[in-house]
Amino acid sequence: MPGTATTLKRDKRQSKIGEIWRRLKINKGAVAGLAVILFLSAMAIFAPYLAPYEPNKMNSGPRLASPSMKHPLGTDSFGRDQLSRVIYGARISLYVGFIAVGIGAVIGGFIGAVVGYYGGRVDNILMRIMDVLLAVPQIILAIAIVGALGANLVNLMIAVGVSQIPRYARIVRASALSVRGQEFVEAARAIGASDLRIILENILPNCMAPIIVQSTLGVASAILSAAALSFLGLGIQPPTPEWGSMLSLGRQYMRNAPHLTFYPGLVIAIVVLALNIFGDGLRDALDPKLRQ
Amino acid sequence: MAALLSVNDLCVKYKTFEGIVHAVNGISFDIPERGTLGLVGESGAGKTTTALSLMRLIPAPPGIVERGKISFGGRDIHALSEAEMKKIRGNQISMIFQDPMTSLNPVLTVGLQISEAIVAHQNTSEREALKRTQEMLEKVQIPSARHKEYPHEFSGGMRQRVGIAMALACNPRLIIADEPTTALDVTIQAQVIELMRNLRQEFSTAMMLITHDLGVVGEVCDRVAVMYAGEIVEEGSLEQIFEDARHPYTTGLFKCIPDIEEDSSQIQPIMGLMPDPFDLPSGCCFHPRCPSCMEVCRVERPAFLRENGRTVQCHLYAKGGVTQ
Amino acid sequence: MLRYIFRRILFLIPVLLGVSILIFAIIHLAPGDPAEALLGPSATTRDLEELREQLGLNKSLVTQYFTFLTNTLKGDFGRSIRTNNPVLEELLDRFEPSLILAVLSMTLAIAVGIPLGLLAALRQNTWIDTSCNFVALLGFSLPGFWLGLMLMLFFSIMVPILPSSGYGTWQQLIMPTLVLSTNTTAVIARMTRSSMLEVIRQDYIRTAKAKGLSGRLILARHILSNVLIPVVTVAGLHFGHMLGGVVITETVFSIPGVGRLIIDAIRFQDYPVVQGGILFFAFCLSLVNLGVDLIYALLDPRIKAQYRAG
Repeated sequence: MPGTATTLKRDKRQSKIGEIWRRLKINKGAVAGLAVILFLSAMAIFAPYLAPYEPNKMNSGPRLASPSMKHPLGTDSFGRDQLSRVIYGARISLYVGFIAVGIGAVIGGFIGAVVGYYGGRVDNILMRIMDVLLAVPQIILAIAIVGALGANLVNLMIAVGVSQIPRYARIVRASALSVRGQEFVEAARAIGASDLRIILENILPNCMAPIIVQSTLGVASAILSAAALSFLGLGIQPPTPEWGSMLSLGRQYMRNAPHLTFYPGLVIAIVVLALNIFGDGLRDALDPKLRQ
Repeated sequence: MAALLSVNDLCVKYKTFEGIVHAVNGISFDIPERGTLGLVGESGAGKTTTALSLMRLIPAPPGIVERGKISFGGRDIHALSEAEMKKIRGNQISMIFQDPMTSLNPVLTVGLQISEAIVAHQNTSEREALKRTQEMLEKVQIPSARHKEYPHEFSGGMRQRVGIAMALACNPRLIIADEPTTALDVTIQAQVIELMRNLRQEFSTAMMLITHDLGVVGEVCDRVAVMYAGEIVEEGSLEQIFEDARHPYTTGLFKCIPDIEEDSSQIQPIMGLMPDPFDLPSGCCFHPRCPSCMEVCRVERPAFLRENGRTVQCHLYAKGGVTQ
Repeated sequence: MLRYIFRRILFLIPVLLGVSILIFAIIHLAPGDPAEALLGPSATTRDLEELREQLGLNKSLVTQYFTFLTNTLKGDFGRSIRTNNPVLEELLDRFEPSLILAVLSMTLAIAVGIPLGLLAALRQNTWIDTSCNFVALLGFSLPGFWLGLMLMLFFSIMVPILPSSGYGTWQQLIMPTLVLSTNTTAVIARMTRSSMLEVIRQDYIRTAKAKGLSGRLILARHILSNVLIPVVTVAGLHFGHMLGGVVITETVFSIPGVGRLIIDAIRFQDYPVVQGGILFFAFCLSLVNLGVDLIYALLDPRIKAQYRAG
């Protein structure tokens, strides 16, 4: 019965996910983190329905107005509604965070799998290249890339993504190295499975757990990096509503309108904290051995 | 003569995430001055828990000593303060651990690890402690100059000898050796056992030897207690246990040992596995694996039967023996 | 040991060479012409040609790289396009504030992070542990630039007790040091906690207890020495992150350090300074990693033995 094996496999996988969820549920912090992430994602998706004003419409209200009923988070120096800009800002930050991690994880994962699986000289060369990448602080590398390519959304994602490659490469390489010598891989090779198939079917599933955890934490660090670059004027350019560049603008009015720097930064801190707490909880849930 | 160590009805359990593990369930035994008791059983029988509870080193949480009395040299171990207990540990009772690779601190020299026990218990200067340390190293046949070296510079057998030197450094009244040879090569095992036997006599120390190796017990001990699933199922002198084992588990253990004079097909492994410590069987713990299991074994826990200085906990002997 | 140090220094060479290629490639393969950027849209073709000639921009990239490399090896990082000063001179001028900031922050991070981590581990699963963990996660998640601005808001604007920016007095270092150390403190605290929890369930700790040693002696002698080994590694690895933070902190607090220099240079497309600055950071980071490896050897006799052998 060819169907039975797949059903069994699926059942097993489902029960595994259920088990992880069961363990994750115990961790109240992780659940709260997940809730915040879902809430912010919803905010990003439904931004046009949630935002009370057009984010870029000038003079929606008076300039530099303090928070009020009409403008719960106040207005900026152009009279734009800050709440609307914060809501729209979630779109950019989450977008940049996920795409950058996507770039880093796919390229890094691919590199790690190939060098770990083939080993030898390829492995040596690529690991030396990773040493070089690690010798340059991540954010400085990103600054250099954006500085060279020009400051815009796409380059920002590339810069942050590229600077994240080494961490994924290392995880997948380690897993590939440990799997390579095992008998079931030898067996797969003996029955003529292609290298690509072995990598996809044996190596990747083995390191899915650390990759998922690392990606969650990676989104947090990508959001931070992207906001930092935008704050330095090297990321998203105005008037696009982005938390980092909003901070940079608000900074000039700190004395009279501190709300302009307070709220965008607070949202960044909340997102990053939520992602980190969730990532932590996920790690514990995926690897119960680490639990005391 | 009063026993040096006397354990009465000791119960230890571990409360874990998955449930309660009943590690030790009401065991009793005595060790006289200079006596040697072999505590035999499979892994997971509760031997190490027993050892640690004598030192009051059961990690708590999750461990709980539920009941039982341990008296050492006439003093109730559980009634002592932590400070008094520290004076006993390493000084009057000391311990040799199973894995010499992990039981020495990798970042401290072996000399320091021996001498700190001396400094902690005896009113000596660092220099005297060092001198005593070097003597101890020589006693376990390690050149005294090597006291400056780190554990990774020693082989497994040598590390275990360092462990022995450490345990004997303060001339304790009782040594607990927890599977001291399990992690070693067979040839090294013999050397270490020989060394322990000689030093025990030289220092006239009592010893509790925990092992699953009946051969080692035969060489070193004068009394034997057999543990199964947290209980001592049989206890007696070396001759009584080796010549005339009563409990089906004990006889089973002996049938597992290959005999040079007999055909190796005579080896009869005990069927089945140790019970799940989360969920011990009703009645006699051994009944699911017992070749002579009776109806009563499934429901009723057998009583301790004492006779001629030996104890057995089995329904087979209920009529012949004297119920406690 | 000396031989080992020497070998480690030799290993730095290929890494730094790689960094120089990487930085050179990023900057020179990118679109945009520094000559145009420098002279502005009003420049004539002849002016542009002249400047390109002067900067060597008209030669092939490989030639340019080798010129750059040989000059760098001679200690000549080129001249800043903006100020025409030698890059090395500019870097060294700006080195002091960055160094002081980094050293102070690392010291603070270690001084706060390790006790915090130990406390959390010793009180595992109590409210103290939970709060220490939360504080650490928070410190790990706060954006440095925002934290800096908020400190400024409170201590320079609302309750003006600290100067908001600049460099020169010790008061001006307080907020930047706090900002720069937060993240590293959090990382060190978390690592200390998990390392401690790992160490206290090791067999050799049980051995130490069985010897009847006092709790304090076990902590100081047996636990700490082992706990610190991974903590040192993590602190070293995190130093790179901290150098990134230097760039942001210096920008927020207008501190004239190397980080600020790089950001300004990027805005002005002053690529010799960018190149030199990043190479300089990579060099510092490599030196720190070397230092960490040596500390590691001091803490762990097993590693030391390997070095002696190698």
